[in-house]
Amino acid sequence: MGFRQESRLQQPAIRPGLALYSGMTTLALSGLLALGSLTAGLLGALTGLGGGVVIVPLLTLGFGVDFRYAVGASLVSVIATSSGSAAAYVREGYTNVRIGMLLEVATTIGAVLGAHLAGMLPTAALSVVFGAVLLYSAYSASQSAAEHVVGTPDPLATRLRLDGSYPTPQGERSYHVQRVPLGFGLMLGAGALSGLLGIGSGAVKVLAMDQAMCLPFKVSTTTSNFMIGVTAAASAGIYLARGYIDPGIAMPVMLGVLAGAALGARILTQARPRVLRILFAVVIAVLGVEMVYNGAIGRI
Amino acid sequence: MALSAGSESTIGGPSGAPPNDQAVAQALGRILQGGVLLAAVVVSAGGLRYLVKYGMTRQQYGTFIGEPADLSHVGGIVRAAVELRGRGLIQLGLLLLIATPVARVAASLVAFLRQRDRIYTAVTGFVLLVLVASLSGLVP
Repeated sequence: MGFRQESRLQQPAIRPGLALYSGMTTLALSGLLALGSLTAGLLGALTGLGGGVVIVPLLTLGFGVDFRYAVGASLVSVIATSSGSAAAYVREGYTNVRIGMLLEVATTIGAVLGAHLAGMLPTAALSVVFGAVLLYSAYSASQSAAEHVVGTPDPLATRLRLDGSYPTPQGERSYHVQRVPLGFGLMLGAGALSGLLGIGSGAVKVLAMDQAMCLPFKVSTTTSNFMIGVTAAASAGIYLARGYIDPGIAMPVMLGVLAGAALGARILTQARPRVLRILFAVVIAVLGVEMVYNGAIGRI
Repeated sequence: MALSAGSESTIGGPSGAPPNDQAVAQALGRILQGGVLLAAVVVSAGGLRYLVKYGMTRQQYGTFIGEPADLSHVGGIVRAAVELRGRGLIQLGLLLLIATPVARVAASLVAFLRQRDRIYTAVTGFVLLVLVASLSGLVP
């Protein structure tokens, strides 16, 4: 095993069509990956999506890295974005810890279901359908009002003590959580999709909290950020054991993403919800195109 | 798991009174920040050694080879890190990064237990169980 590892290090990379990557030293590659990852961490911290949207295409299309190494690095980037930004969001009072914990149950059950269904369902077709759903969601999320105003408490949300408040420039503002069963059901679906398609389910998490449970947008994205680290940690353990996480790739990705997430966490506090909402819509539209493309070429 | 043990004292409050949600959030934030910083320091140290040694070589990532056992399982990673090998240190840092959300969930469990909140104790306990089960593959 050790021998195989060494031989890869010494071998000059000869892959036609990947001139950029194959001529590059490890030092240059690490630098570029760290820069790209900084962008991923920044976007992830602002949108609640994790960094996979940027990391996987950057590594596979940009640098010609094998899909499996890219997935391993993507999981590392999701945990780094999540923990790095949630550290700030939790203390500042944006994250709703109870909603996060409750919905994590749904995503974990969903993920296990999805992993079991993986062999039985046509994942390529699913990927195309899910991509189309994301494109539609991008449209509907961008059309929503900047902030929901819901004044009436929901009995189930009250019983589960889900209502909370969050900081705004005008001071602390409280909100009432709506339609908990619908949100929970959507999270089951989000978890199943991530198990089936190997994608971060951040997009569905934010959409479920934003559109179904009527949470303020910043609470939705920061709570999604809080949750995705747990789901990704569970998968990262499995991928690390399978040898998908390469230290040479993961090192610049992790450090770059952490720097980006720290920057993003500072910006979110100041940013207007409307701007964040549009940024989110753009990123999930790109993710939607990615899913349709992956499904169409049958890579998933 | 030193992280979650350390958090217990802050979560409990001075006299063991149940912590309010704000105190819990502060403690969870500190655990996340501490875990991430520690992981970043270890990965940076490993990254420095790795780049000094291999910075001028060229890597082959276009075909999947997979990592050897000493870089994909806890025992091997710890041994490689103790020998101060760059890639071993990076993997150890990544293990610390993976452990950070686990420590956060464990600390939430302690907090909900102290608040005698049955629903959320069950909820958090379930999530922690699933996490531990899926991470158990790392320890052959």
